[in-house]
Amino acid sequence: MLSLENLAVAVEGTTILKEINLKISAGEVVILFGPNGSGKSTLLKAILGLSGYETARGNILFRGEPLNSLPTEERVRKGIGMMFQHPPTIRGVRLHQLARYLEKDTRVIERLSEKLSLSAHLQRDLNAGFSGGEMKRSELFQLMLQEPDLLLLDEPESGVDMENISLMGKVLGEYLRRENKAALIITHTGYILEHIRADRGCVLHSGEFGCMGNPKKIFETIRTSGYEKCKECHVQGRPE
Amino acid sequence: MSKEDLNKHISESDREKISSSGMDFSEKTRSGSFLQEDAKVLFSRALSESMDILSLEDARRTFPRFADYWGKAFQRAGKEFPPDTEGGYFIRVKKGQTVELPIQACLFLKAQKFRQKVHNIIIVEEDAKVYLITGCSASKASKESFHLGLSEFFVEKGGYLNFTMIHSWREDVSVKPMSVAVVEEGGSFVSNYVCLRPVKEIVMYPTALLEGEGARASFNSLILSHPGTLQDIGSRVILNAKNTQAEIVSRAVSTGGKTVARGHLQANAGEVKAHLECRGLMLSPRGVIQAIPELETSYRDVDMSHEAAIGKISKDEIEYLCARGLSEDEAQSIIIRGFMDVNILALPPAVKSEVAQLEEKTLYEGF
Repeated sequence: MLSLENLAVAVEGTTILKEINLKISAGEVVILFGPNGSGKSTLLKAILGLSGYETARGNILFRGEPLNSLPTEERVRKGIGMMFQHPPTIRGVRLHQLARYLEKDTRVIERLSEKLSLSAHLQRDLNAGFSGGEMKRSELFQLMLQEPDLLLLDEPESGVDMENISLMGKVLGEYLRRENKAALIITHTGYILEHIRADRGCVLHSGEFGCMGNPKKIFETIRTSGYEKCKECHVQGRPE
Repeated sequence: MSKEDLNKHISESDREKISSSGMDFSEKTRSGSFLQEDAKVLFSRALSESMDILSLEDARRTFPRFADYWGKAFQRAGKEFPPDTEGGYFIRVKKGQTVELPIQACLFLKAQKFRQKVHNIIIVEEDAKVYLITGCSASKASKESFHLGLSEFFVEKGGYLNFTMIHSWREDVSVKPMSVAVVEEGGSFVSNYVCLRPVKEIVMYPTALLEGEGARASFNSLILSHPGTLQDIGSRVILNAKNTQAEIVSRAVSTGGKTVARGHLQANAGEVKAHLECRGLMLSPRGVIQAIPELETSYRDVDMSHEAAIGKISKDEIEYLCARGLSEDEAQSIIIRGFMDVNILALPPAVKSEVAQLEEKTLYEGF
């Protein structure tokens, strides 16, 4: 479904991603690990084509079609969606308005907002005064209404309390399984792994992939020995 | 004139212009109406006995306490005003009466280079409550006209007046409204101002005097500034009694015109609360927005604050909406509509949807 070929991305003249090769099949869930500044968020933003994250070299293919020159909204229309780590506040635009843009059936909106404890937030301005957890739930809510085939999730659990991680993880895990969606998920804490079925893990080091393999094993190595140790590990091979 | 004569008198294009400033000709959603064209009062009627709606001249002849009100608000505010006006409305809501549906008034410019000078008086007696929607507009023929509107509002003890003014002028019309509201103990005065269509020049600085304990005033404005427009629009609240509250909120968008958004809160008593918020959005490199907020007091136990912010549309906001599948134009348009949020106006539900529709129509034409 998604194929990154020799992808290099520069941000403000500095090369952040050097030579990324990655394939994600339909329904596959890939976890992206890596220390701060390794280029994880940059990779997600480059796939979505956000400004300042243009492709310097290589290709981004989605269902065999190159995305490199397409604006964000066209990539989104082809079936890619992203959950933002730091979504902006937009005053005067209600969460409900955007929800209606994404989904015409108000019953679907109501059901999902209840499931994610967001019913009371529908009439509020987008992200205005939302807590960390509310923001993440609102992002997941919008993404699920958007129904992309490939979900890009940038630290879905950061700044969220344990209770809400469990709520979000459960909803997300069920959704990915039921709808057979593909996902590329960044996590630092690994909590999300308890709730979703992840197929593969990859580690980014200074803009390049290190090892790939069983995401739980990779996370365990990172947790016990840190990223430096993980860097040495090429046992399980490089991502394809 | 009668309703039938009025319908014959008003041409289709004038009817459209007048409606664009909030007039409902069917009167189904209104409890009374007043319509003046240039210097001539065309129509006035109250649909219930809770109130009087008259021309100012009729009120001068028939209302016994007329002299207790005429000019008195301006005098209390220390403002001089021209006495040589022609027409204007007189609205009185009687003691203890709540008028559920809004009263509508429209001041219309018809003739070329006409100088309309009106004087309006609105009295909300003790514990009465009313919504008033005033539209001011100009016909296609009214080139280079001028409108001076004097308004005096009297909100008596425990009264409530919600006054919405919609300006729908044309690019060569100059306008100078002057108004003073006197609010007594426990009374509330809410002023909503909407100006979305082109105009040559508007200069106004309406003032509310909070004279009794517990009185409140709020001024809310939505202003769109087209190229060639100068809008010098302020709101002032003088808090002369303790435990009074004031709020001034404005949103200005410039597509090339100049807007000066002034606000002045002056506390002459303690235990008051007052806030001023002024936001501007610049959509053109040729536009100008100038925010001038002022807070003033010699009392220590006051809670007064202001915030002012001017900027362009944030790229992050556009990209965020594009990431949900909106095109860049759609994203920009939804952000502007959000900025010009009718919810900042304290409107009754029926009027809110009308103003939202008017705004939608204007913004749709503009962006």
